Amino acid sequence: MGCGMAENAGGFRAGRTAFREVDLFDTGKQRTKTAGQASLPGRPAGVGRRAWERMDRGTRFALQAAREALDEADLAGEMPVFVGTSAGAMPLGEEFYRHAVAGDRLGQFQRVERYQPQRQLTTMMRELGVAGPLRIVSNACASGANAIGHAFQMVREGRAERVLAGGYDGLAQLVFAGFDSLQALSPSGVPRPFDAERDGLAIGEGAGFVVVESLESARARGAAVRASVLGYGAATDVHHLTQPHPEGDAALVTMTQATRMAGLEPEQIDYINSHGTGTPLNDVAEAGAVRRWAGDAVGGVRLSSTKSSIGHLLGGAGAVESVICLMTLEGQWLPGSLNIREVDPAVSFDLVREPRDAEVRHALTNSFGFGGANATLIFGREVAS
Amino acid sequence: MSRIVASGVGAVSSAGWGMDALLRVVESGEPPARGEFERTTADGRTVTLPVTRVPKLEDRSKLPRDPRLRRASAVGKYAAAALFEALGPERFEEVRAGKVRLGVVCTMMNGCVNYSNRFYGEVLSDPATASPILFPETVYNAPASHLSAVTRCTAPNDTLVGDGAEFFTGLELAAEWLERGDCDLCAVVAPEEADWLSAEAMSYYSSRMCPSEGAGAVVLEKDGEGPRLMAVPDAVNYADEPDRVAGFARLWNELGVDDDGATLWCDGRVGVGRYDAAENSVEWRGPRMSLRPLLGDSMGASAGLQTVVALAKLTAGAAERAVVTSVGGNEGLGGALWAR
Repeated sequence: MGCGMAENAGGFRAGRTAFREVDLFDTGKQRTKTAGQASLPGRPAGVGRRAWERMDRGTRFALQAAREALDEADLAGEMPVFVGTSAGAMPLGEEFYRHAVAGDRLGQFQRVERYQPQRQLTTMMRELGVAGPLRIVSNACASGANAIGHAFQMVREGRAERVLAGGYDGLAQLVFAGFDSLQALSPSGVPRPFDAERDGLAIGEGAGFVVVESLESARARGAAVRASVLGYGAATDVHHLTQPHPEGDAALVTMTQATRMAGLEPEQIDYINSHGTGTPLNDVAEAGAVRRWAGDAVGGVRLSSTKSSIGHLLGGAGAVESVICLMTLEGQWLPGSLNIREVDPAVSFDLVREPRDAEVRHALTNSFGFGGANATLIFGREVAS
Repeated sequence: MSRIVASGVGAVSSAGWGMDALLRVVESGEPPARGEFERTTADGRTVTLPVTRVPKLEDRSKLPRDPRLRRASAVGKYAAAALFEALGPERFEEVRAGKVRLGVVCTMMNGCVNYSNRFYGEVLSDPATASPILFPETVYNAPASHLSAVTRCTAPNDTLVGDGAEFFTGLELAAEWLERGDCDLCAVVAPEEADWLSAEAMSYYSSRMCPSEGAGAVVLEKDGEGPRLMAVPDAVNYADEPDRVAGFARLWNELGVDDDGATLWCDGRVGVGRYDAAENSVEWRGPRMSLRPLLGDSMGASAGLQTVVALAKLTAGAAERAVVTSVGGNEGLGGALWAR
């Protein structure tokens, strides 16, 4: 969709999509050949050329997003860094594999070293001028949401004044082919979350980062506060390794936990950025969880999936979708679930099919991952006095 | 920190399946048998690398029975067996019955590379026939997911990825969950699996390190019986302190270790001078153990195995306190202090 808050907000507000033919690796023998492939931004000011060249694609996205978050918060220096990723620097691992099979040892030490996400993110921290403990959460597609949730809990409990938190993933052949092997990718390349005829997801790539800071600390610095983090829930769906519980049991738990922590009722949530992948099983399970969570108020719940615009960012999804929630709180509009032709009968909520203006005081985002990692975050526009 | 204790430990290692096998090797000082990975490159060369693998499972009762484990990778099975032992059969059934909420934190460095290796090989050969059974097992959190599935527990479950010191961040996170009441018990499990790809990767660091595999599991709880977690400071990140000797001095200070003769130091030395310099920089007269040269370097699992051995020693009364440390390869330094 673009680089930076303004460009992305403009894209979602206008209802744009970001799918195109993948040219990073060979998709000739795949059923699907498109993805939400992003344009890689240039080297940011202040980042060393050598460090940038040694970064994998995903970490470059992460660095860009983290740089923007820190600049906006006017911060650097000591703080913990919590990052979610599913694939890490997988393309470098793929490169290592291909050279190993060929028997080519040249450059292999650099490849194996740079393949490791902790190495990449430690370099990123150094380039950002941030120092502190690093925590890399890899809970598949919930990783980014979990990283922000961890940061929220750490600040909420007074164990840190602030935490840089987010998530990222870049496109990787192994992952692309993996989802294709599961027949989870939309053959048409157009994901249609909550459409009755939806046929799969589209992979995307990118990063989202936030600085989670205590209100006292932000106020003392005179920092502008974008939103409040109000609630977080995490639970494990033990139904199946890759399929959600059909009724969305774990999703119901995380949504309930998060709203309870936020001190809100479902009818006070003005927008849900759903996990909404566009796969037959995910969407019906999430729709069921939302129906059970909201009860009689479900008809008033406004929900969309921005994966219909940019695809599924895997480990980065929860973080980017959190940032999209911040955009809706700030701009007072809702992004749409695009490409829908006929709404699935499981949908009982107000499915937002195109961008619209709306009053948004509280926004909720759901993230569910392979392995059953489920997470929900709630953000509020009002900042407590 | 509240009173957080280790109420169970479990292990799978090159010494065998279970703590007894591990402790026998540690006591004897006799390294487990070495094998080798052999493969032929595309240009016809044969590459041979040493490895100390986990022996074949002979006693099936060491692994919980669950359909989830049928197709699980070896790393998932190592994790499950170590957790099963750390919980013990009674608590395992209590968790499965929903009487006790078990949180799961898995920490790893290499993760599911064996299945990634196999799956990517299939993708390059012909993506149309790449196995949909392999792919889900390539995801970092597949082993952690299996642990929650076999215990039927929906409490939080996180996988943390990092270098060889990540296990201590896992302990820290588990302590947070217990303090907050997110779970009643929390298992911190460090599983790893070796294959030719990871063995070859390790060989670029030093030909003197022998790759290995396995899992160490510690079950933590609040206010229970068992060795107490006295300190698990924030890991010292190399972005903050690139000098490992200086970083280790900081960690050591934060651990608050006394060289009083009653403290056992189970360190993370690998037997290669340049990687051991930080831990060699501390003068130490008390009892000290280095497991990696004995068992092989099982990457992220090594710190877990060091910890379970140190806890077993404490429980057996061999020391009053135990400090466990690891100098990670490319993220940071970590450690924990335990007391009887």
